Amino acid sequence: MMTNSAQQTPETQPTWRQRLTGVLDMFAYPLRTSHYVELVNPLWSTHQMQAQVVDVWDETKDARTLTLRPGVNWRLNRPGQHVRIGIPIEGRHYTRTYTISSPPERNDDCFTITVKIIEGGRVSRHIVRNIKVGDYLPIGLPQGDFYLPDASPIQPLFITAGSGITPAMSMLRSLVVQQRLPDTVHIHYAPHEFDVIFSKELRQLAADKKQYHLHEVHTQEFGEHKQSQGYFSEEQLATLCPDWKERDCYACGPPGLLAALESLYEQAGLSRRLHIERFLADFAEIPQDAVGGKVRFARSNMAVDADSETNLLRVAEDAGMNPPHGCRMGICHTCNTRLLSGCVRDLRTGEVLNETGAIVQTCVCAAAGDCELDL
Amino acid sequence: MATQKPLPVDLTDEQIDEFGREMESIYDDIMQSRGESDRQYILGIIRTQRSMALIGRLFMYAGLFFLPAWPHALAGWTATLLIMGLGTFMLGIAKILENMEIAHNVLHAQWDWMKDPEIQSNTWEWDTMSPSDRWMHSHNVVHHTWTNVLEKDLDVGYGIMRVTPLQKWHPKYLPQPVYFLLLMLFFEEGVALHEQALVDVVEGRKKPAELKPLARRIGRKIWGQVRKDYIMWPGLAALVAIPISFVVPASPLLVFGLVAGANFVANIIRNIWSFMIIFCGHFPEGVYNFTPDQVEGESRGQWYLRQLLGSANITGGSLFHVLSGNLSHQIEHHLFPDMCSNRYPEASQRVRAVAARYGLPYNRASLWRQFGTTWLKNLRLAFPGGRPQPEVARA
Repeated sequence: MMTNSAQQTPETQPTWRQRLTGVLDMFAYPLRTSHYVELVNPLWSTHQMQAQVVDVWDETKDARTLTLRPGVNWRLNRPGQHVRIGIPIEGRHYTRTYTISSPPERNDDCFTITVKIIEGGRVSRHIVRNIKVGDYLPIGLPQGDFYLPDASPIQPLFITAGSGITPAMSMLRSLVVQQRLPDTVHIHYAPHEFDVIFSKELRQLAADKKQYHLHEVHTQEFGEHKQSQGYFSEEQLATLCPDWKERDCYACGPPGLLAALESLYEQAGLSRRLHIERFLADFAEIPQDAVGGKVRFARSNMAVDADSETNLLRVAEDAGMNPPHGCRMGICHTCNTRLLSGCVRDLRTGEVLNETGAIVQTCVCAAAGDCELDL
Repeated sequence: MATQKPLPVDLTDEQIDEFGREMESIYDDIMQSRGESDRQYILGIIRTQRSMALIGRLFMYAGLFFLPAWPHALAGWTATLLIMGLGTFMLGIAKILENMEIAHNVLHAQWDWMKDPEIQSNTWEWDTMSPSDRWMHSHNVVHHTWTNVLEKDLDVGYGIMRVTPLQKWHPKYLPQPVYFLLLMLFFEEGVALHEQALVDVVEGRKKPAELKPLARRIGRKIWGQVRKDYIMWPGLAALVAIPISFVVPASPLLVFGLVAGANFVANIIRNIWSFMIIFCGHFPEGVYNFTPDQVEGESRGQWYLRQLLGSANITGGSLFHVLSGNLSHQIEHHLFPDMCSNRYPEASQRVRAVAARYGLPYNRASLWRQFGTTWLKNLRLAFPGGRPQPEVARA
């Protein structure tokens, strides 16, 4: 049913394990044996990896750490990497990426993610407030290139804000367990002293290890709801970490902070010393005046202009393509494709789709601003 | 653009447009209220179905331990066949659930809104010989767009039967009562071969060589199904039976035959049931067929009206509806093909009331009435003539 078998390259010889799975899958055709194994224990399934929530813990008033036990076939993360997690909310499946906050040296086969509620964020709120111990969530494998070199004499400077602490935390924990924590400066921005994720552990670390220098910058008074002080600046950096130019900077936080860091390092000609992890934006901005826009067909490598009334199937056909289609009235779903970026509007309901990966019925959807389709 | 010929109703175009708007408001209401409970429903059905299939197959194996050759007190043909029969029944029900309530509806994109990568119309493959993407074309596109339109909808008689007097009689329809029985028993094979391309070859519009890629594709799916039910499962039983046969004098060949036979019966159970439900969808007495000149250029309202007139529901309890894949709500399924099936009962309540207000027929009766009239019509229409459908459809 899934595409796994198609991904194997034909020239590689299958291993004995793949051969055995192949024979076993013949008993389950057209499903795979794993679909039945899953009935006994979801963590044993191999067609879709799952993780069970085994613990939850509130780090601050709006951030929670979930301890997850991944299924078989899990590969340990490198500290700083992230993982994709599927979350069902009101029947709908959402996929989000979260940084793993635990080190791979954890010895109970579990890993943790730490999620902070984003203002207006449905998925983050659901994870922090509604996910229960015992729930199963589909997960991917650890990914990402934001990690420390395995063996290298670098002296890191961590600049983190809010839940941007998570990759740094995974790195710090790992370095401590390996007993190879180098001289480290850590500047962390948080609203106030009780709103620092992992505050107890960080402060304890700063007290125990003389080579770890923690600077907490608090950006709000108690009771305030907006950042009022402590903005990042070159002077501030120079005060807290005079030797910043000699260090490798690992930064994670909101776009404003990262943009300021990027321009600072560029001016100093040190861009290669700056390593950045962004919070990924999964949604495109909805244009106020939905007047159509440029439609890109990724697989055909074509881009054409479209108005807000002509359905995308027609747009593709006028551009000389012949995408799959059937009824042309939105009932047969033959024309379904994926939205790679941007916005489209369902002409029947007026609903705007702007989530990356959303299924688009091209025969009844039109461009709402620029968009890119998997056609 | 208007159609050349009107639909057989005494409503004005404006009234038909309003009927269409009422249908769309029912659709919108229900589609907007989908949520977690619907997801739990389909996940629960899938879990139940897979468990039943697995347990059914294990029961078949368990039955082998009661063959008369075993020395223990419970051994005997009665116990063997009883336990294997139970397993066969469970596997049959599991196959029915998979084909009807799960796969048919998943392939209609009824569950795509959940965006669950495991339950998507474009990746689901079902437990039957027809490759799901081929079927999606012949069913979702051709049949659901051209419902009951002669010369357009291949499901009007499947190219071998005369199901409405509008079809011209031809001697080739004489043996259709036999086709009816054969198709009932081998419905799975029939669906796999349900392709316009095959009809084109038989009628000489295409060369047999052009069928090759299609045949290879269908052949691969059929091979997967046959391998599972008639080689792997019986083979494993026979393999285990070989060493045991030195102690217990039961032939591994007999074991192979019993398991293969049980799987065959399970497939037949599924075939007969699916055939009965599906034939009750468009062929019972009182269902309307249409000619292309009634349909080309139709409005949205006329489209909805045609779906209502061209389909028939079956009454029954909630377990019956689930086992029929909610195709017992064929009218609602044709009005709203991508609405998740567990919502058809509530849509049905409202559609029936709308039909009554507009004075339109709403074809709904017990399985025995619907299947009985389908069968009688099949017998009658094998011969020339037949009672024409009413000029005007009234409740």
